[in-house]
Amino acid sequence: MALPLEKYLRVGKLPHIWCPGCGHGIVTQAIIRAIDESGIDAEKTVVVSGIGCSSRAPGYMNFDTLHTTHGRAIPFATGIKMANPELDVVVITGDGDAAAIGGNHLIHAARRNIGLTVICFNNNIYGMTSGQYSPLTPTGSYASTAPYGMIERPFDLCELVKGAGGSFVARSTAYHTRHLTNVIKDALKYDGFSFVDALSQCPTYFGRRNKLRTPLDMLNWMKDHAVPGASWDKMTPEEKEGKFPIGVLVNKPSKELTKVYDELLAKTAEGGRG
Amino acid sequence: MSDSPFEIAVNRKWCKKCGLCIAFCPKDVLESDGEGGPVVKAPSQCIGCLLCEMHCPDFAIIVRRRAEQ
Repeated sequence: MALPLEKYLRVGKLPHIWCPGCGHGIVTQAIIRAIDESGIDAEKTVVVSGIGCSSRAPGYMNFDTLHTTHGRAIPFATGIKMANPELDVVVITGDGDAAAIGGNHLIHAARRNIGLTVICFNNNIYGMTSGQYSPLTPTGSYASTAPYGMIERPFDLCELVKGAGGSFVARSTAYHTRHLTNVIKDALKYDGFSFVDALSQCPTYFGRRNKLRTPLDMLNWMKDHAVPGASWDKMTPEEKEGKFPIGVLVNKPSKELTKVYDELLAKTAEGGRG
Repeated sequence: MSDSPFEIAVNRKWCKKCGLCIAFCPKDVLESDGEGGPVVKAPSQCIGCLLCEMHCPDFAIIVRRRAEQ
């Protein structure tokens, strides 16, 4: 039952750089636990990240890893998957990385249905650069660049990916660790583009400014505002106000891009035009 | 009071003393060392639920079944 940390972590790189009580370590642990429980071959698993606090995670993970440029983890991962479809390619990104500078890559990967598992460490803020608001900062929340409260509306990343054609979409939180591990396992198993919105806490730059003084306060906030998907569907718009659904929100079979491409190659090899 | 079949190992070099493990333990097995880090005060009460291990942001607390050693 104990997680074999030595197998999955670069123990020489620890302790990590994240702040005390940061949720990113909790989500990272859920990922490696999901990989361990899935029985996926670690030798054939590649972990790719962009830039930000979240994107430091692969540096601690004992797989083939790639730490790329801001917002571009999905394009690098797309190249890996197209060149070598037998690999399991996991993308670790943050809300700034995935929804702002990398927003187009996210929606187009969902549209293409390329076989990546994208896990967004969503802490509603740019933590690494000291707490600027991101496209996921809730309206009214405070950030270093929103000293009077955020006046814009945030994205709902699950709805965004769903709208872009995403055929596997899930959400969980750093409070619901067992649930989070299970939805990541489902995402890894899904043959196609899978997206997990993993709510994480930034006590340093989000919590302290938003009346959630401790990491525990932030996790309890997740507990109090998350609603299982089945109950969510029965709620009225008023009841949904301020809350969010968790669980596997979309899961429908859809042919994965590298398989479509292989079929095209087979056809053209026969002399056809595809 | 029989001994628990579980053993808790804390890696103090990695622990950043956030206190989440202590807060999540349903059996009060852990207490604060005064700075937020865990001290295993009631090991015999551990039920192996892994809430401390899974909520540790620092990979610093591991619960093992004694037979696993």
